[in-house]
Amino acid sequence: MGRYILLRHREIADLHRLEVYVRHGGYEAWRKALTTMTPDQVIEEVKASGLRGRGGAGFPTGMKWSFVPKDVFPKYVVVNADESEPGTFKDREIMEGNPHQLIEGALLAAYAIQAERVYIYVRGEYRSVARRLEAAIAEAYAAGFIGRNVLGTGYSVEMAVHLGAGAYICGEETALLESLEGKIGHPRVRPPFPATYGLYGKPTVVNNVETLANVPPIILHGAAWYRTMGTEKSPGPKIFCLSGRVRRPGNYEAELGKITFRDLIFGEEYGQGLLEEGRAVKAILPAGASAPMLPASALDTPLDYESVQAAGSMLGSASIIVLDDTVDIVWAAYKMVRFFQHESCGKCTPCREGTYWLRRVYERIVAGRGRPKDPELLESIARQMAGKTLCPLGDFATSPVLSSLKHFRREYEDYLRRAVETPAGVPA
Amino acid sequence: MAGTVRIVIDDRSIEVPAGTLVVDAAKRAGIDIPVFCYHPKLEPAGMCRMCLVEVGTIQIDPQTRQPVRDEEGRPVVRWMPRLQTACTTRVAEGMVVRTNTLQVQEAQRAILEFLLTSHPLDCPICDKGGECPLQNLTMRYGPAESRFDYWDKMRQEKRVPLGDLIILDRERCILCGRCIRFQEEIADDPVLGFSDRGRGMEIITFSDPPFASYFSGNTTDICPVGALTTTDFRFRARPWEMTPIPSICPHCPVGCNITLDVRPSARKGGWDILRVMPRQHEEVNEIWICDKGRFVHHFATAEDRLRQPMIRRNGELVPVSWEEALDRVAEALQQAGAEAAGIAGDRLPNEDLYLFRRLFEEALGSPWVTMDPPVFGGEWVARYGVGVGTDFGRMGPGSLVVVMAGDLEEEAPVWFLRVRGAVRRGARLIVAGGKPQKAERYADPILRYRFGTEALVLVGVLRVLLEENRVAPEALPRLEGLETLKQGVADYPLEDISRQTGVPVEQLKAFARAIAEAHEVVFLFGREGVVDGEAFAGMAANVLALTGHVGRPNNGLLPLWPHANTQGALDFIGVRPLPEEVPVLYVVGADPAGDGRAMPRAGFLIVQDLFLTETARMADVVLPAQSWAERDGTFTSGERRVQRFYKAIPAVGEARGDWEIFVALALRLGQRWLYLSPEAVMDEIARTVPRYAGMDYGALAWTRPQWPPVGSSRDLYFGGTARPNTAGLGRVWASEAEAPEARWPLFWKAPEVPSEEAVLVVPVRRLYHEGTLIARTPHLRSWIVPWAARMHPETARRLHLEAGQMAMIQVNSQAVRLPVQVDPAVPPQVLMLPASLAPRAGAVQALPVEFRVEVGDGALPH
Repeated sequence: MGRYILLRHREIADLHRLEVYVRHGGYEAWRKALTTMTPDQVIEEVKASGLRGRGGAGFPTGMKWSFVPKDVFPKYVVVNADESEPGTFKDREIMEGNPHQLIEGALLAAYAIQAERVYIYVRGEYRSVARRLEAAIAEAYAAGFIGRNVLGTGYSVEMAVHLGAGAYICGEETALLESLEGKIGHPRVRPPFPATYGLYGKPTVVNNVETLANVPPIILHGAAWYRTMGTEKSPGPKIFCLSGRVRRPGNYEAELGKITFRDLIFGEEYGQGLLEEGRAVKAILPAGASAPMLPASALDTPLDYESVQAAGSMLGSASIIVLDDTVDIVWAAYKMVRFFQHESCGKCTPCREGTYWLRRVYERIVAGRGRPKDPELLESIARQMAGKTLCPLGDFATSPVLSSLKHFRREYEDYLRRAVETPAGVPA
Repeated sequence: MAGTVRIVIDDRSIEVPAGTLVVDAAKRAGIDIPVFCYHPKLEPAGMCRMCLVEVGTIQIDPQTRQPVRDEEGRPVVRWMPRLQTACTTRVAEGMVVRTNTLQVQEAQRAILEFLLTSHPLDCPICDKGGECPLQNLTMRYGPAESRFDYWDKMRQEKRVPLGDLIILDRERCILCGRCIRFQEEIADDPVLGFSDRGRGMEIITFSDPPFASYFSGNTTDICPVGALTTTDFRFRARPWEMTPIPSICPHCPVGCNITLDVRPSARKGGWDILRVMPRQHEEVNEIWICDKGRFVHHFATAEDRLRQPMIRRNGELVPVSWEEALDRVAEALQQAGAEAAGIAGDRLPNEDLYLFRRLFEEALGSPWVTMDPPVFGGEWVARYGVGVGTDFGRMGPGSLVVVMAGDLEEEAPVWFLRVRGAVRRGARLIVAGGKPQKAERYADPILRYRFGTEALVLVGVLRVLLEENRVAPEALPRLEGLETLKQGVADYPLEDISRQTGVPVEQLKAFARAIAEAHEVVFLFGREGVVDGEAFAGMAANVLALTGHVGRPNNGLLPLWPHANTQGALDFIGVRPLPEEVPVLYVVGADPAGDGRAMPRAGFLIVQDLFLTETARMADVVLPAQSWAERDGTFTSGERRVQRFYKAIPAVGEARGDWEIFVALALRLGQRWLYLSPEAVMDEIARTVPRYAGMDYGALAWTRPQWPPVGSSRDLYFGGTARPNTAGLGRVWASEAEAPEARWPLFWKAPEVPSEEAVLVVPVRRLYHEGTLIARTPHLRSWIVPWAARMHPETARRLHLEAGQMAMIQVNSQAVRLPVQVDPAVPPQVLMLPASLAPRAGAVQALPVEFRVEVGDGALPH
């Protein structure tokens, strides 16, 4: 076994081609499951592996599959390939370089819950990725891995790619399902959860690309093998997307909990330090724009779900954006708030109105017209939103605000000291 | 959903049905949880987040199955980490809800502050101001001051027409989606939707023509802000300036409860009706009305209403005093005596119909009165009409609704809504007709028969019921005439019926079995294309009686009568043929000449109406009558519910109530009538007419609280603009089958079936067909369906007709001149004519129909 479990194409040329993939053990897990395992055994194996969802929430995958009712048909597997969190580009690399491992994982998920159809929902901007994926699916169909009566076992499953239209909210699983059904991308009220009421109201498993790419090796080598990697609560490998003010941004595969932010940013085999000599890390965004930013003091936090949470943030999709001391934190928070305001779907009041209001306050601060009470106002608006929105986007939108105010309040004060005093009630 | 659960809301323990939403459970306990997007008639959306509450569960010790208690003996509650929306959370045993904690209050204040950041401050000019949930909730829960800069408010379009009737103010819209959900879930015209996202999200209509729905006005009622307004009412009055007068919709047999909101008006020279609002009656119209009911009220205050009596002098109708006109009419009637004849329209209130009949019988000794238009099936409705207590709102699994020979949405729009509601809850629907209709979306099966074979289809159903021994055991001892029926039906093999009607045998069987197997059956029947009405209504009655679906609630016949008081006209006047020639004819509230209907030739013609109709133009005396808005009265709906309406505006001109005119004539004819008001007439009816026993105005004004409690603008829970029902729920007279020892007679007559070569004239009713009343509501102008003779291209070719030509179509010696419209959707061999022009569906006896074709310019004769 090579160095990589997920990014295997980095070691094996042309792995995106079925023939190469099969030559390197591809679809063996699929064959093994279909011919020697019951669907429940597949679920049990994944449960035992401790695999947690790589899309951000870290929910145990096997558990999710086991929630699907056995006696309702049809059932669906939907692959969330709407990778749209800023700074996240791991799914893209899997789909481009190692698409068959995703397809195989999705097939295993379909078999586990006895789904008859798999949809891969790819973000609208990934047009070329979708083409690569479709070519791979066509190969798998031709080889008899997908379709009617797969490998003569009597099990039939179909797979299709669907391109989104470019909305961040469609990465939220219920909005994704709405979009897939042809409706406007609005998240649904949960419960009911997709496991019981998903696509077209039928039981549905929605899994992230990277999550499913973990499944074939688990089935092939077993849960015990998988658990030799990572930590007790966060087993297995993870792809870390490193970007920002670092010398060598990119995807890095490592075991969960075995490296720290510092290792990832400065390690020779990882980021190789900051972009400019003599600079220092000012803040880390562990999960794109949606998790609270951490100050440099968190650099030695191990990269697993529990440790990052203990440090006051979330590992999420592990898209680590590094801000060095050249970065204006207020400006950065403003950028992120603007992003969320732009992407707010508008369905629920606190997110729709709150993100807009936050943006307007930031606009006047960065324009040099902030008011002395603006930090308190921002904090108050964000707290009014938090915990009251229909889906997590509204909560995410408060992260940059609250965390930047918590760790870098002085930068806001600097802005306000320089601000031209304008009386309240005058357009800024 | 069986059983109840016990929950605690704000330290009060209450028991509610399992599955109830927390917001409703709280309401039952008298606790208001504020909402915007939630509406008890709609599916929950959880969007506005106004109803956030604390939800927890009492912890149960798994060993003892008793609640875990703390040191002080109180049950330990495990609270959910976040606030939950009360509108999407369903109650469960042991649930604990807190609606008034600091955390909840903070959330309510937060959501209101957010909503107000994008809401304009134009309450002083907003139609909703004064009856606005956003205003009310802001006063009760909201922050006093805004921290949001006024200059930062989004500016959006203030006047976006969503069609001819509804205007959207984008700034005021709080994007709750109630209108969208109403259109999808209740009206099933999913023509509204959200477009774009975030603060740019907006309500759009994507139908062409825009907002194509008969129910669009209801969205303005359930809109929790002033975002949706009607073009009729917009900017015309503040809510508190108007007085809502309880009334009954005068247009169709549903009998929707409404209010006429009136205000003094200089323009109208007195009082004006500014808008029509639904009045809550959960057994009749819930809180909905159709757009015809909402908008077609302008006729009552129209400029061209008759304002003075007129007498023909030298060929001209000239205004005269009431004294002179009444003397002239009384004199003519006196001379004609028992030879005098009368026609009463079925829009007249019961009191007037009752007096009209008595005027002829007692003052003149004449039996010659009839109702207009004539309808069939009245006697069967009296026997087997739906039982007292029938309510579509309580129909669901095991219920069956049959719609036959009528278009449910076109003829009784609110019944359509309610039947759809029953279907959503699990009731079954069967639609049988000669042409497609909207209700067929939910029907299983859909029976498509050849027009004119309605009765034969039911003979087929009866045959299946008899062959398969599906006569209900409880019905058997009561039935009369079963042997005759069996013998009659025996002459009709199913295959023959199938061939003649065009309905497959399997469908006839499915229809019969569905009726036999359902727990309850409501059979709606109309008149569309019916040739042998007597046989059709009789067979429908047979089907229900045989299967025991009569004499109890949610069972029986429900007629799609043409107008609001057809039932009353049947009860007090009835249908009887008049002589071809009479010395004096007195036509009240009817326009046989304008409607292309046969009318006796009369030596002297008296017409009493609202407008100078075609018939009135021919009259010797014209008497101006009051509309329903100008007086008290009662209508009897299709389900035989007698309902009161109240005087809303003063008389137009010198118009008098029909009853008042009859009293004045009776006095002149030597009768000692002392009725000072319609109420006095109804008192007498309640004493002397068995069906209406006890139905005096006091009894009809009785009400009980309605659930959900939405009919009040003071209610924060809903706070919409449907009106509460404080003026009466009416009373239903019992069908004969409901009497404990009633016999259930059956009917037999070999149905008359038109030959397969005949071209049938099928009168079709459309909600917005051109007509006297609707023409006076300009807002509906673009929706009005012009009169035309519609036919299949093949039929047109056979008759040598071309699209656009004017054709003179002779039916039953009445000629109707109409432009030809070719439409492949019309079944072959059929001419579809507006029902108001050719209302006698069953009277097309001279087949094939004769035609005289005129090649014209296509212009309508009006």
